[in-house]
Amino acid sequence: MKARLLIAAMMTLTSLPLEAQDRLPPAPYAYQQLNDPAKEAKAKALMETLRCLVCQGQSIADSDAPLAGDMRHEVRTKIAAGESPDTIRKWLVARYGNWVSYDPPFDGATALLWLGPLLFLGVGGWLAFGRFRRAGGEDER
Amino acid sequence: MRNRWILFVPLAIMALLFGAFVYRLVTPAETLIQSQWINKPMPLFDLPPATAGVEGLKSSQLADGRPRLVNVFASWCIPCRAEAAQLEALKRAGVPIDGIAIRDRPEDVAAFLNEFGNPFDRIGSDQQSSVQIALGSSGVPETFLIDGKGIIREQIQGVILAGDVPRIIAKLEAMK
Repeated sequence: MKARLLIAAMMTLTSLPLEAQDRLPPAPYAYQQLNDPAKEAKAKALMETLRCLVCQGQSIADSDAPLAGDMRHEVRTKIAAGESPDTIRKWLVARYGNWVSYDPPFDGATALLWLGPLLFLGVGGWLAFGRFRRAGGEDER
Repeated sequence: MRNRWILFVPLAIMALLFGAFVYRLVTPAETLIQSQWINKPMPLFDLPPATAGVEGLKSSQLADGRPRLVNVFASWCIPCRAEAAQLEALKRAGVPIDGIAIRDRPEDVAAFLNEFGNPFDRIGSDQQSSVQIALGSSGVPETFLIDGKGIIREQIQGVILAGDVPRIIAKLEAMK
């Protein structure tokens, strides 16, 4: 039993991390810009607002995950073919949901998010108005 | 001092926030992104063979009247190895299975099939994940249940477990 534990412990210590990465080079347009600067600028702007599915806190422009590289290739290829950024975003949202976009649409789930600032501004204004009125009243006295 | 209780409102708000934070810490948010491309036809594709001796995969081949599985996998994907036995069991039960190999090299696919068996009728090579993205799939392994008309009916994310096999067979059977 002891020997077995020892062996298990040694195996844990010496085991190599399992490689779960592919051995293919990145897709052509994963790390290469488009020749046309105007199209590249469009692609860049779009990629910065698309979310990586693997490194979920990053945009696909920031992530080095292989799937993010393939998504950049997809975006650049589509932009080069003349598709509009809006069409590409819709194409991806149809597959991955709004989750994939860092530009949330206005709907039931995000209404509070969009209207929140207005709401807080209104509450703040109302509070401030009350204060000023009271202060004004004291001055008159 | 009117309404003394109003003094407790900030405390109550803090308590509520604290409760919300504790809740999210204890039950982390779901991080699996499910495909929205369900109950829709398979996207159009024509993938070359992933390795010698096994046919490639065309989307037009998926609407031949027989409900089937399309397994998105890779030789470099460790959990895919754990799934091999379940795919074998499904194959033995008469379920047609096609594969899509993600970012893979022919020699690696050959070695993978050699070691873990080949339950696939056809395997398409998706070297730039373009079909994976068109499917709304976000990782490997994932398995899609396709009906006889080539419509995607379900996405299974992660490894198919031994306990899932009877349900999958029954669901495909019901599509016939």
